[in-house]
Amino acid sequence: MPSSITVSSDPSVQYLLRIGDTCLILAQRLAEWCGHAPIVEEDIALTNMALDLVGQARAVLTRAGELEAEHGGARHGEDELAFLRDERDFHNCTLVELPRGDFAATMLRNLAVAIFLELLWQRLQGSSDAELAAIAGKAVKEARYHREHAADWVVRLGDGTAESAARLKAALDLLWPYMAELFEGDGVDDQAVATGLGPRWSELQDDWREGFASVLTAARLALPAERAFRSTGKLGRHSEHLGFLLAEMQHLQRSFPGGVW
Amino acid sequence: MSPAPIQEVIAGTKAEGTPSPHKAEWPLWEVFVRSKAGLDHKHCGSLHAADPQMAIQLARDVYTRRQEGTSVWVIRSDQITASDPGEKASYFDPMEDKVYRHPTFYELPKALDHM
Repeated sequence: MPSSITVSSDPSVQYLLRIGDTCLILAQRLAEWCGHAPIVEEDIALTNMALDLVGQARAVLTRAGELEAEHGGARHGEDELAFLRDERDFHNCTLVELPRGDFAATMLRNLAVAIFLELLWQRLQGSSDAELAAIAGKAVKEARYHREHAADWVVRLGDGTAESAARLKAALDLLWPYMAELFEGDGVDDQAVATGLGPRWSELQDDWREGFASVLTAARLALPAERAFRSTGKLGRHSEHLGFLLAEMQHLQRSFPGGVW
Repeated sequence: MSPAPIQEVIAGTKAEGTPSPHKAEWPLWEVFVRSKAGLDHKHCGSLHAADPQMAIQLARDVYTRRQEGTSVWVIRSDQITASDPGEKASYFDPMEDKVYRHPTFYELPKALDHM
């Protein structure tokens, strides 16, 4: 079994890993719906979106590996970054690693993340890193569709039957405490602003709240009150769920190093 | 004989008048995709959806995921009236021996030659 790699702690690399890992881990969770969605058309839609997110993750992780090398570190490829890092070296927000839950939870999480990513990609189109700006230009269209798709379902479920409304409410109660982490700032954000790589994620919070709240209102729900709890996935400290996800996701590359298909 | 609803024609379950055992199912929609500007929308399949918006969205994911389309139309299958397959012989066979209906017996003026 190949040994795990350790990634540079350079803030620019960390900033990209937060984006790439958030896309990658959500993609893995969405892929779990393959063959299990309530209708076959939705099965295809969810896996399409998982593949969009994998595409974004590949591009961003590749760029992260290049930046690592530019800053004097090892040059890791996208596959090494995805499959040979240990849990503590993943920097996705905790929200995306939580179990997929029922369809309502999946749609609500997709909505929260898609609104966030759409705002982030919009800003990253102006990144000082031309490569990242180009990735953002392509990804922003995908995120917009993901947002529309999720918003549509959230409204249907919230304004649907008593059962669907109750499930959506339960999903909101469960996931809401993890959404605050998206907007937590630290030195990685400061450095990204200083170099023009990208915005502080906290700068996206007002627009995100407005977008998220407007869909919730249409779904007959309200934005819950703020909580003091903060998850810490972006810092590499994860919930108990990520390890199991990585075990499954990394199994093949760990067992058959360098395997391709 | 009145025309048959299209989904019965497609499914081959026309007549008998037995109600569907899946009354609660979402209605069926026919999907038409335009592959590029200037071409016609072509029928490419069908899907179940609760309303037009959902039908368009699902059609996008099911039928245009390999870049097949630039525009999608959906229409509820029960809004399409189809000719009765049972009347195929009387409807279409009489045209078999009427070649004179093809406009191939005229000499076109030179200016219009490549019409």
